[in-house]
Amino acid sequence: MTLMFGLFTGILFGWLLQRARVLRYDKQLGALRLRDMTILKFMLSAILAASVGVHLLADVGLAELSIKGTALGAQILGGLLFGVGWALLGYCPGTSWGALGEGRFDALWGILGGWFGAALYAEAYPAMETSVLTWGNLGKLTLPGMLGVSHWLVIAALALGCFALFRLFERKGL
Amino acid sequence: MRQQDRGMNPYVAGTLAGLVLTLSVLVAGKFFGASTSYVRSAGLVEQVVAPAHVEQSSYFMKYLAKDPGIDWQWMFVLGIFFGAFLASNATDSFRWTDLPDSWRDRFGPSRIKRFGTAFAGGALALFGARLADGCPSGHGLSGVAQLSVSGLVAMACFFAGGLITARILFSGRKS
Repeated sequence: MTLMFGLFTGILFGWLLQRARVLRYDKQLGALRLRDMTILKFMLSAILAASVGVHLLADVGLAELSIKGTALGAQILGGLLFGVGWALLGYCPGTSWGALGEGRFDALWGILGGWFGAALYAEAYPAMETSVLTWGNLGKLTLPGMLGVSHWLVIAALALGCFALFRLFERKGL
Repeated sequence: MRQQDRGMNPYVAGTLAGLVLTLSVLVAGKFFGASTSYVRSAGLVEQVVAPAHVEQSSYFMKYLAKDPGIDWQWMFVLGIFFGAFLASNATDSFRWTDLPDSWRDRFGPSRIKRFGTAFAGGALALFGARLADGCPSGHGLSGVAQLSVSGLVAMACFFAGGLITARILFSGRKS
């Protein structure tokens, strides 16, 4: 049952990604070259809607949050490395599959490369476990937790920031 | 066939995607993520070639010991493929392409060059995502929506790495 939900959720998400035209190398590189902010508009809108949704669910006890631990060394190094790969490939791990679904054949090579990268990581993991992965471990931090304020206050600030950014994008025609 | 696919307003599509994520958390208790599925796929492929080696890998076993390898997220990522396939066919925007326009303008018509770069990029991206413990879905969408510090740090670094690399790749280009 869970598996079918996964497939169904993926189909809905993939449909929206395709219709928003974010499954394109030109759009992804457009964002990284600060020329076309379509993917940022999509992503930030999704983050805003989901932040309201999941916190409402958590507040009324219908869902639990699932916070990833903060590990500064791993997240900074891994994040930068991901960024380099992302700009070379022009798709993300999830959007690679979507891009292939709309006929972008180069995404298949990104997927194969991704499997190779994941396999390499499995080999490197024992060495990482005792080095990079131990640097700057701070546990499961959230912004409202660190600031000691209600999550709704942080969501309101996030919304204001996003709307300001959206206004800028529209004004500049990005 | 339509000449230009005008698509859906990205703000609307994004908001709907956020609602789909909320629904997924409500119904299945699952947040979006994509990069773990690559570990599972790589492990499943490697199991065919070298089963003993996979068995000895503590990283593969973190994921493959609990189930046969196919989980909610693996199906979710497969769903993205089908969703995009259905949507592009329903709107006449499906196209077989192997060279993105801006790539061809910058690097020429060589397929080998594009496929090789895509492969290397995919490998780097996944190595980085596993090190960072998530990709733009897991850290970016799910993480930032939950206001987690890990998500914000990872997201900032994804863009920092991407902006610098894109600038180097396309340096001196106007369009």
